[in-house]
Amino acid sequence: MAQTSSGAGGLSSIPALLQRNVKEFGSSAAYREKEFGIWQTWTWAETEKEIEALALGLINLGVNEGDFIAIIGRNRPYLYWSMVAAQMVGAVPVPLYQDAVAEEMAYVLGHCGARFVIVQDQEQVDKVIEVQDQLRQFEHLIYIDPRGLRKYDHSHLHQFSHVQDQGRAAHDELITELKARRSKLDYDSTCVMLYTSGTTGKPKGVVLSNRNVIETARSSSEFDGLRQNDEILAYLPMAWVGDFIFSIGQAYWCGFCVNCPESAETMMTDLREIGPTYYFAPPRVFETQLTNVMIRMEDAGKLKKRMFDHYMAHARRVGPDILDGKPVGFMDRLAYRVGDLLVYGPLKNTLGFSRVRVGYTAGEAIGPEIFDFYRSLGINLKQLYGQTEATVFITAQPDGQVRSDTVGVPSPGVELRIAENGEVFYRSPGVFVEYYKNPESTADTKDPEGWVATGDAGFIEEGTGHLRIIDRAKDVGKMADGSLFAPKYVENKLKFYPNILEAVVFGNDRDQCTAFINIDLSAVGNWAERNNIAYASYQELAGHPQVMDTIQAHVEEVNRSVAEDPMLSGCQVHRFVVLHKELDADDGELTRTRKVRRRIIEEKYADIIAALYDGSSRVSTETEVTYEDGRKGSIKATLEIRDAKVLPVVPQKVAAE
Amino acid sequence: MLDASEGYTTADGRKIGGPVMEMKNITLRFGGVKAITDISFDIREGEIRAIIGPNGAGKSSMLNVISGFYVPQEGEVWFRGAKRAPMKPYEVARQGIARTFQNIALFEGMSVLDNVMTGRLTHMTSGIFAQAIWKGKAEAEETANREIAEKVIDFLEIQHIRKTPVARLPYGLKKRVELARALAAEPKLLLLDEPMAGMNVEEKEDMSRFILDVNDEFGTTIALIEHDMGVVMDLSDRVVVMDYGKKIGDGTPDEVRTNQDVIDAYLGVAHD
Repeated sequence: MAQTSSGAGGLSSIPALLQRNVKEFGSSAAYREKEFGIWQTWTWAETEKEIEALALGLINLGVNEGDFIAIIGRNRPYLYWSMVAAQMVGAVPVPLYQDAVAEEMAYVLGHCGARFVIVQDQEQVDKVIEVQDQLRQFEHLIYIDPRGLRKYDHSHLHQFSHVQDQGRAAHDELITELKARRSKLDYDSTCVMLYTSGTTGKPKGVVLSNRNVIETARSSSEFDGLRQNDEILAYLPMAWVGDFIFSIGQAYWCGFCVNCPESAETMMTDLREIGPTYYFAPPRVFETQLTNVMIRMEDAGKLKKRMFDHYMAHARRVGPDILDGKPVGFMDRLAYRVGDLLVYGPLKNTLGFSRVRVGYTAGEAIGPEIFDFYRSLGINLKQLYGQTEATVFITAQPDGQVRSDTVGVPSPGVELRIAENGEVFYRSPGVFVEYYKNPESTADTKDPEGWVATGDAGFIEEGTGHLRIIDRAKDVGKMADGSLFAPKYVENKLKFYPNILEAVVFGNDRDQCTAFINIDLSAVGNWAERNNIAYASYQELAGHPQVMDTIQAHVEEVNRSVAEDPMLSGCQVHRFVVLHKELDADDGELTRTRKVRRRIIEEKYADIIAALYDGSSRVSTETEVTYEDGRKGSIKATLEIRDAKVLPVVPQKVAAE
Repeated sequence: MLDASEGYTTADGRKIGGPVMEMKNITLRFGGVKAITDISFDIREGEIRAIIGPNGAGKSSMLNVISGFYVPQEGEVWFRGAKRAPMKPYEVARQGIARTFQNIALFEGMSVLDNVMTGRLTHMTSGIFAQAIWKGKAEAEETANREIAEKVIDFLEIQHIRKTPVARLPYGLKKRVELARALAAEPKLLLLDEPMAGMNVEEKEDMSRFILDVNDEFGTTIALIEHDMGVVMDLSDRVVVMDYGKKIGDGTPDEVRTNQDVIDAYLGVAHD
């Protein structure tokens, strides 16, 4: 790899990009946040002033170069400024997941040895105070929203605006120091440290350099033709690498505006008001939106419902082709136009997608029907494949080559390699520097030549060059008879049903597969309401015989579809159970990005798994649950275990790999 | 009892000022029924004052006397250093007293925002014609009042239902909207009639936090009636206890808790 110490035109850090943006488009909007019912705007020039005041304030408080500054809260301009201010003073910003409980925060804060923590409100202040005794290096806590904090001991607690005021007051004394620190930043200095959620073990701190972030932002912006006048809505966790790249990397590279919602609950309204041109969401968000649309259409009048059904059927047939620029007959085009006027346009407007030019989904597989639904409306939704260690981008789908079953071609500058066992390796300018204080893991993941193991098994499709991912490499196993076991493949098929929120399939080293299923409360709850089925709790609804019947039908349909794939036909689900509680990150069953933690679930629900395999038709269990405030309780339940029809498996030789 | 002229400092360090409202020997009769008999107490600047008592003790009547809805046959009501003459409800509102109701009294068909804006009504002075064409003073006035309403919406965390008609809201949220409307009036004295009635534990916790935050953030003087003893003892600085229309106790929660009359009347007589 060619290594340069500075980027194009000396733009080798985010603060340097900020200065360029102020010079080139100082008067255009850089940040917007809805507050008091109105979108408040900051231009690039105003943004620089805010960040500079904060940076001076941080020096004033005693931040040294190389310090770590943890940042916790929902997406707000102030917190984005905090990240850039931290970089400006030579410190390293470490965004944390805001919904993490205090114990989880204690680990990360202790691991990076954060001296300063910048948080959103009282909730986060309380969490940090709760664990501060375990943190030896922790010194100062800065909060944005003063509400409820008046009576707190303020010897180590500072209000954000006061820190800025002090910074402004000390401008003359400290500005030389700030300029000196800022000019020291180069392509190799650390841009950010992000903790991976970790499906196994403790989170690891991924160190990303300015080179990683800026190179990735540059090439990915060019790939999708992002422009200065694009708009994005920043609503995904700030601790997640994707948000960092979109809301800071690409935003500073292109100079586009980052819009922050008023609160998590108003996200959908705010999305509609902003109408972003560049949009990113995990499959779950698209699923939820589609479920909501379908629920509302069920409640709509007959005429509207028929119109919707008619034009959606037409859109499914020709919409994706029109989007891809493929030839489509004149009459079909005309009908699509009419549909756009009557159905697609208003629907896109309701969803907030009227202006979306580039939309991405990633993180999990997306159901083909969900994917096609959005594309048929004329929304350019694409898939990408990436991870924190790659600074997001490994592969992405170019316009016109979009399919639901692949994740696209290697992104610009990325080399791909498939290992003997099917694991995907990559090498790119975005490859992370190291795991902080963890040379062993770094060596395990990244070899001396810079190739990084993704941990995913996949293959490159012949002809198109697109990458297809099968499953996590470590989850791919063998069943007792030697056939291939790929749980995620089956789980994804199950999760594509709106009624099923989460599924966990077991079967490694066993003679048959079984599954845990979580119902989707909003979809099933709505169904229950429409059919006059009364229920008092999640648990009761989950165990309702009619719900069980519906889920059984879904499982059997999935079995039929799985049986069609000769390589994976052994993975049909023989028995299943609908769980009495939702799998939850607070209980450690999911990661904060909502990926299933198999080992933990296997241990925790060992009794239910045993019952799935011993042929019993019921199982009584007691499960410990953690409430949002960290308290623990337990729920008892007797669960019904059902058998699902499976198709006979023709013995297959496992394909030679 | 505390000295009437000077303030005091609460256990958590808040400074409480002199009396905002004083009730002097109030007696209220409905025909031959004595609802309130010779009650005197005061509400001081910045404090949270609770009125408690068993069912039928005369709490709501007391609140209605404070709010000026009932005029007592005997006794005097002093508000901010002046004796109050009998007055119409809108005059009371103009004086800076706002209240919430035990059985929510919102405009069901209007949005949350419009409901909160009605709290600003007494602060608007432009004429009906100016408001109809929405020009000049009316426009500026609406903007200024909307800003205050929005601050309250932000404070009570109801941004997500800003445009939702009240009729579609669950009970707990309606209670919060009602508090928002009262707060939008920027009252000098806020009266809460059973703010936690019918709420579950989580909603009660939220409401308690909001009441404390209102008091802390805006320094609003609050008088409240509540049945939930835990809530009352946690929230209030001083408590008046009523039974059969008479005052049987007055003091800090701890004093009231150990007052034998109160224990007998309200909390039940302990068995030997």
